[in-house]
Amino acid sequence: MTLTAKDVAEIIKLLEQSRFDSLSLEMDGMKLNLQRSCTVPVSQTHNNAAAQTATGVPPPQPTSKARPPSKPGLLDVTSPFLGIFYRTPKPGQPPFIEVGSKVEEGTVIGIIEVMKLMNSVPAGVKGEVVEILPENGSLVEYGEVLLRVRPEPSP
Amino acid sequence: MTIRRILIANRGEIAVRVIRTCRALGIETVLAASEADLDSPPAKLAHRALCIGPAHPSESYLKADTIVQAALGVRADAIHPGYGFLSEHTALARLCEEQGLIFIGPTSGQIEAAGDKLRARSEAEAAGVPTVPGDPVETTGEALALGREIGPPFLIKAAGGGGGRGMKKVDRLEDLPEAMELAAAEAGSAFGDTRLYLERFITRARHVEVQILGDGQGNVVHLGERDCSVQRRYQKLIEETPAPALSEDFLSRIRAAAVQFAERLAYRSAGTVEFLVDLERDAFYFLEMNARIQVEHPVTEAVTGFDLVAEQIAVANGQGLLLQQENIRPEGCAIECRLNAEDPAHNFRPSPGTIRSVVWPSGEGIRVDTHIGPGACIPPFYDSLIAKIIVHAADRASTLERLRLAIAQTRIDGVATNLPFHAEILADPEFEKGGVDTSYLPRFLERRRVLPEA
Repeated sequence: MTLTAKDVAEIIKLLEQSRFDSLSLEMDGMKLNLQRSCTVPVSQTHNNAAAQTATGVPPPQPTSKARPPSKPGLLDVTSPFLGIFYRTPKPGQPPFIEVGSKVEEGTVIGIIEVMKLMNSVPAGVKGEVVEILPENGSLVEYGEVLLRVRPEPSP
Repeated sequence: MTIRRILIANRGEIAVRVIRTCRALGIETVLAASEADLDSPPAKLAHRALCIGPAHPSESYLKADTIVQAALGVRADAIHPGYGFLSEHTALARLCEEQGLIFIGPTSGQIEAAGDKLRARSEAEAAGVPTVPGDPVETTGEALALGREIGPPFLIKAAGGGGGRGMKKVDRLEDLPEAMELAAAEAGSAFGDTRLYLERFITRARHVEVQILGDGQGNVVHLGERDCSVQRRYQKLIEETPAPALSEDFLSRIRAAAVQFAERLAYRSAGTVEFLVDLERDAFYFLEMNARIQVEHPVTEAVTGFDLVAEQIAVANGQGLLLQQENIRPEGCAIECRLNAEDPAHNFRPSPGTIRSVVWPSGEGIRVDTHIGPGACIPPFYDSLIAKIIVHAADRASTLERLRLAIAQTRIDGVATNLPFHAEILADPEFEKGGVDTSYLPRFLERRRVLPEA
């Protein structure tokens, strides 16, 4: 049996949806190694490029808030864009959701503004909101965790 | 206005390069990075990295709205676009202008004037800068009349497109009508536009470009030229300054033409005016203007001692030109090799992957611009440039010698690179002699194919 490009695409999708970082598949005569994004840690940056450019101080740690550790048993709802996160439809109105709210896949949980364009963000998961991370009106990055949701046990 | 925080809308070695100058100037940096670049060296070197979107450039580095929103969100004063991506799109420059952000580069109007080929050509003519003889042609009669005027060989191009399609070389005047018919048909099916452009074909050409810097008020200085004739499929591989085997008188005329062109646009920031040197007619023609910092800018920095990114920032800051023409005195020779993660043994196909180990050269007169260290990953989504090795010495012979040693010191394991190919070119007597034309690299490759190494 051989793998078609479509099969590989399907396997990549499975890996992306999983909680694993890499996948190795061995079957008669072939081997497939997949790794989730390019996240090999750079243990040591080179002196010419990096260290010499520094002014004697060690480079600061990256502060990107994308990809924070997730909490066991909870689902992360991440930001689909970089933009300004709003919890209310309009200033002064009640928030779309609060801690304790029940959400469904289609429930709007907030708005992300990208240059005056308002994009409503659906929860994408079903369950109870446990934590709302960004402040109203703050900048969120692509992939930043907006909410943590306790999934509803299947009936 | 004082620039205190710059958002860098780029990645790779140029992001590292811009951060280095910002650090020296005490300016904070925020890197707008795609998901694939969040662990990259520039993301670690910057004061802050922001994830602007998924790996694919169309969802991250090419999104002007998102990048401007990111700059506003972190209260950056300015955006540095680097090269490629949005650096020469009017969209980013214009959005910055609308939002009161400083765009470290030319105005959106200047980007437009430089980017449109016909517009740039007419600006060159208006500035008194020579262009390749040619014109749009509609009928066979027009083509023959123009052909008689400029003389063979000719090049017929599609007015509405690029990439070689609809392009035909014609050696004799009498062959023009038939070639035009074919080219019009090809252009029509490729671009939906049958308009043609006829110009003189330059048989033996060199690519010489001039680095300029303008304050946006009409004051322009040049920082000498770069010869970029060693190209494969219009991709530059080796660049050097000064341009070898051209007289000082000829070069000073090219430099003056570049300044004239930039003055006409009242150009702001660093830019490059590219020329084609016609070796058979001892003439030069305006090719295009690159309205950005270029990959090969370090060779100019090596011989002049100036930091072009710092000059860009000074102009953006409203400080005007810090340099005066009489204080720019290039010394010696500099040559740059572009190291790409591509495999010369397999028709230069890209070879993304993870770098196992790497040794960069070091020593007097050697500079390495890179974002690559051991364990670094070369994602498949972006261009394959992994490093530039720039060497400076008193004259061309000693620069070449130093560069050969630098290339020999370099080791990159984990991905295939064009490093051995550079070593071969640097050892080739024709390149060593200096002044090769743009047909050199294709000929070199052909020779190499016919006579494989023992």
